[in-house]
Amino acid sequence: MEIIDADVAIVGAGGAGLRAAIALAETDPKLRIALISKVYPMRSHTCAAEGGAAGVIKPGDSLDMHFDDTVGGGDWLSDQDCVEYFVKEAPRELLQLEHWGCPWNREADGSVAVRSFGGMKKQRTWFAADKSGFHILHTLFQTSLQFPSILRFDEYYALDLLLDEGRCQGLTAMEMRSGLIRQFHAKAVIIAGGGAGRMFPFTTNGAIKTGDGMALAYRAGVPLKDMEFVQYHPTGLPNTGSLLTEACRGEGGVLLNKDGRRYLQDYGMGPETELGKPQLKTMELGPRDRLSQAYWHELQKGNTVSTRWGECVLMDMRHLGEKKINERLPLVRELAISYLGVDIVTDPVPVRPVVHYMMGGISTDTRAATSLPGLFAAGECACVSLNGANRLGSNSLVELLVFGKRAALSAIEYIKDLPAADTAALTARALGSQARIRELFSRTDGTESMSGLRKEMTDTMEKNVGIYRDHAGLQEAVDKLGQLRQRYRKVVLNDRSNVFNTDLFQVLELGCMLDCAEALTVGALARRESRGAHQRLDYVKRDDDNYLCHSMVHYQGSGAPRVDYQNVVITRSPPGLRDYSGGHQ
Amino acid sequence: MNERMVHLEVLRYDPQVDGEPHFQRYEVPCKEEWVVLDALNAIKESIDPTLNYRWSCHMAVCGSCGMMINGEPRLSCHAFLRDFEGVIRVEPLANFPIERDLVTVADDFIDKLKRVKPYLIPGENKPIAEGEYTQTPAQLMKYRHFSMCINCMLCYAACPQYALQPLFLGPAAITLAHRYNLDSRDGGREERQQVIATNEGVWECSFVGACSEVCPKAVDPAGALQQVKVASTLDWFREHLLPGNAK
Repeated sequence: MEIIDADVAIVGAGGAGLRAAIALAETDPKLRIALISKVYPMRSHTCAAEGGAAGVIKPGDSLDMHFDDTVGGGDWLSDQDCVEYFVKEAPRELLQLEHWGCPWNREADGSVAVRSFGGMKKQRTWFAADKSGFHILHTLFQTSLQFPSILRFDEYYALDLLLDEGRCQGLTAMEMRSGLIRQFHAKAVIIAGGGAGRMFPFTTNGAIKTGDGMALAYRAGVPLKDMEFVQYHPTGLPNTGSLLTEACRGEGGVLLNKDGRRYLQDYGMGPETELGKPQLKTMELGPRDRLSQAYWHELQKGNTVSTRWGECVLMDMRHLGEKKINERLPLVRELAISYLGVDIVTDPVPVRPVVHYMMGGISTDTRAATSLPGLFAAGECACVSLNGANRLGSNSLVELLVFGKRAALSAIEYIKDLPAADTAALTARALGSQARIRELFSRTDGTESMSGLRKEMTDTMEKNVGIYRDHAGLQEAVDKLGQLRQRYRKVVLNDRSNVFNTDLFQVLELGCMLDCAEALTVGALARRESRGAHQRLDYVKRDDDNYLCHSMVHYQGSGAPRVDYQNVVITRSPPGLRDYSGGHQ
Repeated sequence: MNERMVHLEVLRYDPQVDGEPHFQRYEVPCKEEWVVLDALNAIKESIDPTLNYRWSCHMAVCGSCGMMINGEPRLSCHAFLRDFEGVIRVEPLANFPIERDLVTVADDFIDKLKRVKPYLIPGENKPIAEGEYTQTPAQLMKYRHFSMCINCMLCYAACPQYALQPLFLGPAAITLAHRYNLDSRDGGREERQQVIATNEGVWECSFVGACSEVCPKAVDPAGALQQVKVASTLDWFREHLLPGNAK
């Protein structure tokens, strides 16, 4: 098995992975950096982020206000030392992107423009039309091309971390075009593998978002933190699940039920604001968890609109006018026309909540370090505890930058003065990956189909682990996922080719998703309270006495995972009321 | 919702077993509003798990799922079944080697992107602490549509020159270089000209314009290449014909 030696290996080449790679290359040009991704960097799902990236830049705004919005938005489950670091670093990182050529929208005077976003009290969301993630990703990718020390391994699927002497010292990955497994020996590994929205059937997430990075760390003994917090974006296209950015509402779009009522006023986010004059942090600019929950209640009351794509509410942007829509929301208009046949200039568009983002992930501290020496993580796959129980829109694109860079700096610090690797020991462990793949190829007693298991998993998640949850449903899901994990051991590989075998990768991805889904569901069952995006019909209140803490789910092989808890870091903001009434409460 | 049977003829090739690529016919029940990618996913899920292709976002922004559909380079996530009648023929993107089934080898494109130095080479070095470079909306609009390229490679599949001369840098790479040349913050045009104002660069382009016709993001690479040609010609005149400007 070929060995590739690197100082730092990065798994995932989206926003966080690329930012980490550039930080490594800039800080020490002598470092050998292996950037490993199952897709070409510009295919990474960062490209689908639309609305923008939050950082304090304008007069009248302050780091404290960004802190307060983030902590309150996260229903006090954010670690406040992390949020303090984040809001301070955010503007610098966004300026850095500007200096690398990101085409941010501009004010008439040539300064960077900002827009309104949900849950934010001030306009502080930098944007590049409604293709912000796309431009951030391409700016980072293109910038990375000038550093010869970043060696890319595009279309390599990561299999297992290599541990020795209690440290993470590399990984195995399969070159997808040849089926050959390679060992990457590295002093440190940064996981930046993205989220896991594909556990659910209806999601904004691309096909690649299957929790591979989370599973890598989890199986190596690093806990997954706060996995039960799954963000539903309130406005997805009802057929494809494609995202219609929050900027639709930031620019003034409103949500209507079947009677044409702006129903958010009935769920603590009123009174109604004047049409065309969106007011920050209230009504349509409330946070995503509250908006998605309001939809659920409207559905129970029979107030939704029946469409050929199922039950929906309507998002009305007609009053914005064609000029503003074309200037600020061109992608949204194009998506709605092509996939739904609705022109937002002339008609309201049907929307419904859609799984969008995992607040939880690989447990890291504010240095982006995990509990396993030598292993760091950043981006959606990580849970650094910035987003708490509910992420505010436009914080995650900045999180990629701030903590991608932080992971790189922490890794550089860590790899100083490390003892030499025991190559033979690492190779012996790498043979384990090879054996695992060989077993799949040679399996003759397979009885389960990959797509069948996957459908049972996604159906279970949708039915029992959605916007509102209860004990019975969660228990059923925990049991079911445990069974699916057992049955997975009998999954059949239909394609035995070594060349770009997507049947194989889908089988491996399913294994990752099942592990993540079980961790998520176990965390949700154990959390007997309602907080942010985790809402229990049987425990309807937030319970700070018992649950002002992070769920830590530990992998136990084929057995059920173990859950324990870690305290939330509170520095200056004690848990309080989340007020989205525009000051009327 | 209305369903209909759709017939697809899909190119199959596994270099480990096939001497030559061949076509395979599939019949798959499809919803009226589906795209070709949805049909492929339905095949993979319930008819033939050994079919291989790239895809991710299903919203025409990741650039993964370019293929030839009835002979035209298209994003399969943006090719609506309602626009096709009869058998739909699906092949890997033209002008690239086939890796497996609908998956092509993209190395040449990736290498060319890198060669044109597609990153900001600042004209004036400004520390981050001094804030952003000023750029007016008008300056932004000069290059913005050239920055919309999703690297889907459809323009290479459509380009007759790239088919004849694989050394040609091609539409997307040159457009990207031009995007940075037009950026008011950039000062790297001269470096990039050495790569793009060459026989393998813009002068290879015969201005057929197929690249702009197939671009799913209306980037207009043909327009970019024409602008590069005009600017390069002016450079030549300045250097060679205007007194006192000879290098």
